[in-house]
Amino acid sequence: MFVGVETEFGIAVVGPSQVNPVLASSMVVGAYRAAGLGEVRWDHADEHPLRDARGYEVPDPHEPLGDEELGLANTVLTNGARFYVDHAHPEYSSPEVTSARDLVIWDKAGERILEEAAEMAAASLPVGSRVLIHKNNTDGKGAAYGTHENYLVPREVAFGRLTRQLLPFFVSRPVYVGAGRIGSELDPDLGYQLTQRADFFEVEVGLETTLKRPLMNTRDEPHADPDRYRRLHVINGDANLCEVATYLKVGTLMVVLGLIEDEALPEPPALEEPVAAFHAVSHDLTQARPLRLADGTTATPLELQWHYLEAARKHDERGGLPAGSTEVIARWEAVLATAERDPRELAGQVDWATKLQLLDAYRERDGLDWYHDRLKAVDLQYHDVRRDKGLYQRLVARGRVETLVSEDEIQAAIHTPPEDTRAWFRGECLRRFPDQVVAAGWDSLILDVGRDALQRLPMMEPGRGTRAHVGQLLEDATDIGDLLDRLRA
Amino acid sequence: MGGHEVVAPDRERRVSDGGRTQKGGAAREREDAESTEAAETTAPSRDVIDDVDELLDEIDDVLEENAEEFVRSYVQKGGQ
Repeated sequence: MFVGVETEFGIAVVGPSQVNPVLASSMVVGAYRAAGLGEVRWDHADEHPLRDARGYEVPDPHEPLGDEELGLANTVLTNGARFYVDHAHPEYSSPEVTSARDLVIWDKAGERILEEAAEMAAASLPVGSRVLIHKNNTDGKGAAYGTHENYLVPREVAFGRLTRQLLPFFVSRPVYVGAGRIGSELDPDLGYQLTQRADFFEVEVGLETTLKRPLMNTRDEPHADPDRYRRLHVINGDANLCEVATYLKVGTLMVVLGLIEDEALPEPPALEEPVAAFHAVSHDLTQARPLRLADGTTATPLELQWHYLEAARKHDERGGLPAGSTEVIARWEAVLATAERDPRELAGQVDWATKLQLLDAYRERDGLDWYHDRLKAVDLQYHDVRRDKGLYQRLVARGRVETLVSEDEIQAAIHTPPEDTRAWFRGECLRRFPDQVVAAGWDSLILDVGRDALQRLPMMEPGRGTRAHVGQLLEDATDIGDLLDRLRA
Repeated sequence: MGGHEVVAPDRERRVSDGGRTQKGGAAREREDAESTEAAETTAPSRDVIDDVDELLDEIDDVLEENAEEFVRSYVQKGGQ
């Protein structure tokens, strides 16, 4: 299965001059691009953000114009990622990968890229200016911005069935997906909750992403052959710093989608009010409060998770799930078992509990209540991507947070694409022929090979263009024209 | 719904060791999670609270200058 994650980062400029966030985001992206590549435009030819999975295209879009229409910075990186400005935030869209572990690596590479890009951007601002980047999803003052997971699902899987089988899963996964936050949009008395995003969700199913946010998003834009694939665009998750959290967020859903594809998932209990339940789960630090089901009974969030986990284990024991699933399931089970004992014991593995432990210690030492700004500053700075200042990063340095991948792997992934998807071809073309790649998209490259017209190379199959597939061709090609001729031979 | 879910910090609380040591509820007959991990794994230090004062001091050192003012002025545009 192919998966990628897009993250909109929080951005703030501190210093003598005021810089609006759109300009600041453009400076961050532009500074990084200038250091590496020439300008690579984004190829929008196959973009259909208003195509709905329920089978129609929305006629009257009320979402704002995309970044390209507004002339904002955009680039494509040699690691296969897209780095651009979206909705007044710098956004990193990871390259396509095929495993949760690889997603962790290229997601972390994105943090490092933002860290470096912000420092470069600050150098072009008046002395004393700093650009701060936070991997979070809310400012705590009513604004939310997204971290979207994208999974390529076979077209045969009906959208209605996906929705029915996934809603209880989405509602119950904050125990490992939540990044934690002080306060709430909905309950003025709430001190701390599991997720940054839950309070901003209002409907069960829909196309919007910036307003009336739906638990199940219907954007049907596979960036691949639409007869073979549909895109599952998941907008209800948080941005994670903890590698275990990112690994589980993506890994468990890959496993569950495998179950759904194989029709190996027993019908999950239907929630009476999924949106209200999502809020309730996020507000429940015990994860033991029952949620009302449509049949009049109740289930706790952890019981809902066990429903999926047990089906996954059975199917995996029959050999029904791809390589890597056994490890995901083992970690998933261990996390649920810990949560059953006490969810706070997940500190060191998932963000909400790690940050809560820190905040509690701070509160106790200084006798602060939840509304104290100093505590909110700790909450915010947990998400700072700088390795010397971000509080998550300091916890890692002190060995208080478990990591799954090495810094060497992350550093390599800043410049190198994953080998087993078309991201390999995209990234390698950019590295080898930076002056000839005029534009790139998820499913195309536009090349200037010195002939009359620019050449558009479609890449509609994410599993083609891998190192195994085109590595030798790239090695052998004498120039970009020769490469194109060999590919078309 | 909601209310203060505020519990005094538990000085004895420990970071779990990657979640590998627990068994699930007795009602479910789960086997031990396999010990295989996804990757090379660095387990967190177990005595998390012992150096908590040192940690909080470090946070004080790295916390944004004028932290309260910074967090009050931290306003983002909405996104997706």
